[in-house]
Amino acid sequence: MDAIHNLAARGHSRFRNGAVMASTKTAVAPDIGTVGFLRWMWRQLTSMRTALILLFLLAVASIPGSIFPQRGIDPILVDAWIADAPTMGPILDTLGFFDVYTAPWFAAVYILLFLSLIGCVLPRTKQHWDAMRSQPPDAPKNLARLPGYAETTTTDPDVLARVERVLLSQRWRVKSGVGWVAAEKGYARETGNLVFHLALIFILVGVAIGALFGWRGNVIVKEGGGFSNTLTQYDAWGGGRLASADRLAPFGFTLDAFRAEFDRREAQFGAPSLFEADVLVRSDPTSADAPARIEVNAPLTVDGVKVFLVGHGYAPKFQVRDSGGQVVFDDAVAFLPQDGNFTSTGVIKVPDAIPQVGFEGAFLPTAVLIEGAGPQSAFPAPDDPTVFLTAWVGDLGLDGGVPQSIYRLVTDQMEQVDVQIMRPGDVWRLPGGDATIAFTGFDRWASFQIAYDPGKEIALAASVIATLGLMASLFIRRRRLWVRVAPGPDGDTVVQVGALGRSAAVDVQPDIDATIDVAQGGEGRE
Amino acid sequence: MSSLAELSNMMVYATMLALTFAMVAFAMSFAAARNVRTPVAANVAAGDVLVAQAPPEPSTRGRTAGNVGIALTWVAFALLAVGVVLRGIWAGRVPWGNMYEYSLTSALAILGVYLFLSLRRDVRWLGLFAVIPTLLTLGLAVTVLYTEAAQLVPALKSYWLIIHVSAAIICGGAFTIAAGTALLSIMRNRLPAGGLPDSERLRTITYRIVAFSFPLWTFAVIAGAIWAENAWGRYWGWDPKETWAFITWVIYAAYLHARSTAGWRGNASSWIAIAGWVSFLINYFGVNLFVNSLHSYAGV
Repeated sequence: MDAIHNLAARGHSRFRNGAVMASTKTAVAPDIGTVGFLRWMWRQLTSMRTALILLFLLAVASIPGSIFPQRGIDPILVDAWIADAPTMGPILDTLGFFDVYTAPWFAAVYILLFLSLIGCVLPRTKQHWDAMRSQPPDAPKNLARLPGYAETTTTDPDVLARVERVLLSQRWRVKSGVGWVAAEKGYARETGNLVFHLALIFILVGVAIGALFGWRGNVIVKEGGGFSNTLTQYDAWGGGRLASADRLAPFGFTLDAFRAEFDRREAQFGAPSLFEADVLVRSDPTSADAPARIEVNAPLTVDGVKVFLVGHGYAPKFQVRDSGGQVVFDDAVAFLPQDGNFTSTGVIKVPDAIPQVGFEGAFLPTAVLIEGAGPQSAFPAPDDPTVFLTAWVGDLGLDGGVPQSIYRLVTDQMEQVDVQIMRPGDVWRLPGGDATIAFTGFDRWASFQIAYDPGKEIALAASVIATLGLMASLFIRRRRLWVRVAPGPDGDTVVQVGALGRSAAVDVQPDIDATIDVAQGGEGRE
Repeated sequence: MSSLAELSNMMVYATMLALTFAMVAFAMSFAAARNVRTPVAANVAAGDVLVAQAPPEPSTRGRTAGNVGIALTWVAFALLAVGVVLRGIWAGRVPWGNMYEYSLTSALAILGVYLFLSLRRDVRWLGLFAVIPTLLTLGLAVTVLYTEAAQLVPALKSYWLIIHVSAAIICGGAFTIAAGTALLSIMRNRLPAGGLPDSERLRTITYRIVAFSFPLWTFAVIAGAIWAENAWGRYWGWDPKETWAFITWVIYAAYLHARSTAGWRGNASSWIAIAGWVSFLINYFGVNLFVNSLHSYAGV
C-alpha cells in the first residue's frame, strides 16, 4: 500500500511539473491521498486539453502506417522491407511500425482518447439532462449590456403576452415574470454533441465485433471450377478470435465464365474496362444452382457472407503424356500475373510421370521479345498467347510430407533439361525420351475475397447517427433571449430585447430582429 | 481527341488567364490598402499602436481593384464551369475520373466557396487566397496531371464515385479557403489593415467554414467506407488514402475542440486549421503520386 502511495506521489509531482510547464500558473495541489490523486488524474484525463493532445497523438500515430508497409495489407512487402534494412528493419518491427494499427502504443492512444471521451460525456449528459428540465434564468436587470440588444416602442399594452405566445409557438422554452419574459432555444445542439460522442463509442463496438467474429478468405477459381465455403478450400483465410471457422455457411458456387476487357486507345492503353464473373450459386450442397453475376462494385451476398471479385488471371491448359503415350496430366494451371500486362508465371507438376517431370512457365497473353529483358507481355488481352516452359526431370519432393506451394517448383532433386517457346496447339517432345507436353489453350481464373463482418451494420448505423449528431451540434444555435417591457414617457410601452449566444460564434441578431418585429405587431419570422 | 475535349482545354486556359488578371487586381487592391497605412504610420511612432486602431478604409482605387478582382473571379468561375461540364460530356460521366479532372473540379470548388462567401459579405481582402491556390491547382493540372483518359477503370464504376468524390471536392474547396482565413488571422497584426477584418473576426469566419465542411468531410469518409466495403470487401483497411482521410478528420476534430478550449482559441486554433489543410493536400497529391495505394488509378 505504501509502495502504491509512493508511486502515486511520485507520479503526482511529475504530472504537476508537466502542468506547470503547460500553463505557467498552477495552484499548489493540496495534500491528497490515493483517492484524491486518482480523482485528480481522472480530471486531467477528461479535460479538454488532454482530449486535444490525445487527438494530436492519434493523428501523429497514424502516419507511420501510411509510410511503412503494413502486415495486414501486404505481408510480402513487409518481409522485403525488413530484408533490405537489416539494422532498422528488426528495430522498427519490434516497435510495431509494420503493424501500426494493432500496435499497443496505437491502442493506448485511442483507448485513452475514448476514456477521456466517456469521462467528458457522462457528466455533461447529467448536466444536459438537468438543463433540459430546468427553466431559463430570470431576465437580467440591464438587458442593454448583453451582446445582442435592441429596443422599440409600441402602443399595444398586451405586447408581452403576444411575444410570449409567439416564442412558445416557435418552440422556445419560455418563463415569464412581472414585466419580463425569458426564453431559451437550441438544446438540440448539446444533445447532438452528446449523441455524436456516444455514437463514436458504438462505431468502436461495431469495429470490435467485426474484428472478433468476422473472417475473410481468398480463393482462386478457374473457369468451370467450383468452390464450397469450407476452410480447406481457401488459399488464405483469417478470422477473429471468436470466428467460427468450423461452422461456415455451407454455400458454394461454380465459376461459369469470366470476362475481362481492356482499353486499346492510346490514352490509357491496357487499362481494364470490364471485369465480370458469371457464377452458379447454391446456398448448400444439395440445393439447386442459381445464376448470378459478380462485378468489381457488385459483390454477391449469400447467407450474410459477401463474395467480392478482386482479381483475375490466366490458366494455360496442358496435356502431358509419358513415353508410353499415356495421358498423365490434363488440366488448366492458374498462373499468377506479375505485371499490368499479365506476364504470368506458374508451375506444372506431373507426379504421375516416371521419372517425375515439372515445368516452370511464363504465360504471355500478348508476347513480345525484348532483348535482354526476357519474355514479356505487351498487352493484357490474349492477342498472341505464348508460354515459355523450362522442363525439369527428377523428384518433385511431394512425398516428403512437407507441404509445397502450388506456385513453386522445388528443384533440389531435379535436373533442368531444356526450355521451349510454345503457342496453342504446339506439342513439345521432351529430350531424352518420348514424353510430350501439349499447350492446348487457356482458361481464365478469377480470385474472390469472401468476407463476413457481423459488426459492419452497427458501425454504419453508429456513423450515420454520429454525423446527424455532429450536424446538430454544429448547425443549431443555442441562445437565450429576454424581453422586458416598461411604460414609456408618452404613455406607450418600451420593449427591450436582449440575447446571448451560448456557444462561440453564435449570431443572435436574427432572433432580436424577429422579436422586435413581433413587438411591433408582426408575425416574427425565423 | 474530340473537339469537346479541346474546347474544355481552351476553357481551362481561358480560366487561367482570367484568374491571372484577377490576381493582379486583388494584389493592386492589397497594395492600395498598404498605401493607406503610410500617412497613419507617420503620425504614430510605435507601430504596434496601429493595430489597436480601427482598420482604415482602403482607398477608392483599392476598392475598385477589388471589385474588378471579384468580377474577374466570376468570369473565371463561369469559364471553368463550362470547361468542367464539357469535359464531363466528352467523357460521358462525372468530370472527376482521374487526377487531372479531379484537379479541375477542385479548382472550381475553391472558386465556388469563395464566391459563395462573397455573396454574403465583403471578402475582397480574401481574393488572393482563393485565386492563387486555384491557379496553382490548374497549373499543376495542365502541366503534370494532364491525361486524355476517358474510360473509367472498373473499380471506379459506381454511383459512389459521384457521392463520395463530390463531397471530398467541396470539402477541399472549403478547407482551402479556411486555411486562407486562418493564415490571415495569424498574419493580421503584421499586415496593412485596409479592409481586413480583425483577427477575432477572421477566426470566426474560419470556424464557420470548418464547421460547415467538417460534417461534409465526415460524410465523405463514411461514403468512402461504404464504397470500399462494396468494392474491396472491407469498409476500413488503413489504405494510405484512408489513413490520411482519417488524419485530416482527426486534425479538424482537434480544431473544433481547440475552438472551445481556453488558451487554444487564438493563433493555435488557426495553425491547426492550416495543419488540417496540409493533411488534406498530402492525401490529395502525396498519396496519389508517391505512395502505392488502392486509390491510385489509371492516368494518375
